[in-house]
Amino acid sequence: MNGYLQQLLVGTVVTIELATVSLLIAFVLGLIGAAAKLSPNRWLAMVGSAYTTLIRAVPDLVLMLLLYYSVQNWVNAITDLLGQPQIEIDPFLAGVSVIGFIYGAYFTETIRGAVKAVPRGQLEAAAAFGLNRWQAFSRILFPQMMRFALPGISNNWQVILKATALVSIIGLHEVIYAAQAAIKGSSWPGGAHVLFYLLMAALLYLVLTTVSNFVFAYLEKRYAAGFERMAR
Amino acid sequence: MIDLIKQYWQPFLWGSPNHISGLAMTLWLTVASCVIGFALALPLSVARAAGPSWIRWPIWLFTFVFRGTPLYIQLLIIYSAIYGLDFVRNTPGLGSFFKDALNCTILAFAVNTCAYTTELLTGAVKATPRGEVEAARSLGLAGISLYLRIVLPSALRRALPAYSNEVILMLHATSLASTATVPDILKVARDAYADYYLPFPAFGIAAVLYACLSMTFIWLFRKAEQKWLKHLSTT
Repeated sequence: MNGYLQQLLVGTVVTIELATVSLLIAFVLGLIGAAAKLSPNRWLAMVGSAYTTLIRAVPDLVLMLLLYYSVQNWVNAITDLLGQPQIEIDPFLAGVSVIGFIYGAYFTETIRGAVKAVPRGQLEAAAAFGLNRWQAFSRILFPQMMRFALPGISNNWQVILKATALVSIIGLHEVIYAAQAAIKGSSWPGGAHVLFYLLMAALLYLVLTTVSNFVFAYLEKRYAAGFERMAR
Repeated sequence: MIDLIKQYWQPFLWGSPNHISGLAMTLWLTVASCVIGFALALPLSVARAAGPSWIRWPIWLFTFVFRGTPLYIQLLIIYSAIYGLDFVRNTPGLGSFFKDALNCTILAFAVNTCAYTTELLTGAVKATPRGEVEAARSLGLAGISLYLRIVLPSALRRALPAYSNEVILMLHATSLASTATVPDILKVARDAYADYYLPFPAFGIAAVLYACLSMTFIWLFRKAEQKWLKHLSTT
């Protein structure tokens, strides 16, 4: 049993890695997507809208299966065409890219809303001070945008964390996979081992979501420095 | 690809005499779990917003646990772990209930959406303007009639946009039913994929169906908001 609990902990580390790398990919895609949707270029704005509308209308599990199997197929077709040996896509890489791509659409909307909440005068003032576009973004827009984006980001993070539970379906060795492996390898009287290992997995997730709640509460306080808290 | 569509358009959309279609199953899962979840969430949210503390904190614990863990684990626990217990299997009523995959998925989905709905309704009830309650009290309303006539009608209206989000998320979450062998849209897609090894058309058709369903729900909720939130429109 100790061996199985250790496996569960290893699975938890994989879950945390998956969720954090996916979050980073989704956040970068969200920044790009928001830039596209807010851009004066009509075509870019259309591509951005298509991305957020289509991805958010389809369940993440369906998109995961669609992208995971299709991309592997396309890679196989290309290697066949070139007469090369088949490349097996690394499941971890596939998992984080798919989750990152899906939640990038949600981040696009979060960031777009947050950017629009920053008063226009801030950017005009930045231009008046002679800051170039990168300086204006990194020193003026981004820090202020984060204050408005954090509640949405915290929400998306919780959803991503819970979405990693789905990647055991495409064969990644995270918490649920470890729990199921432990269940296969043991047999308790009364059949209680299934319940026990699944409850352990649930508990690990509960700890992760609770800890991240505290982290985000701290971050929200930090990025709200200099602003009075709204009376509740 | 044409063969796949020829063979599978009926299971996706229409069904055969003895099987309902994937589309119908997905709709049934969504509606059943949302109706049950909402019916349970309504009293729970009022109790959580205004009840005594011994009733408030168990409800808080319930929403905390079910919102803090993935629905997939909840489904696995209800579908495989509970039925895995010997005493459940040997108790006639329980055994036959948990043996059925459809019962288990609807139970898991209903409890999950109940937790999220309780939380958002609680927020809406707590956001009731003081003046509304004071006006109702001064007109002699109290207790249940205060809630049924004043607090809930205005809280439910306020919760409508957030609830439409929850329903869309629930629609998307029903795709998990395919992992418990319930024949919903995604299960049909996975069968089609297993038959033809063509992932793009098989899952692509499923994606299009889900997207159409989402758009329909969004449209319906927009109509509902126009009707019930008319007094808030700014134009």
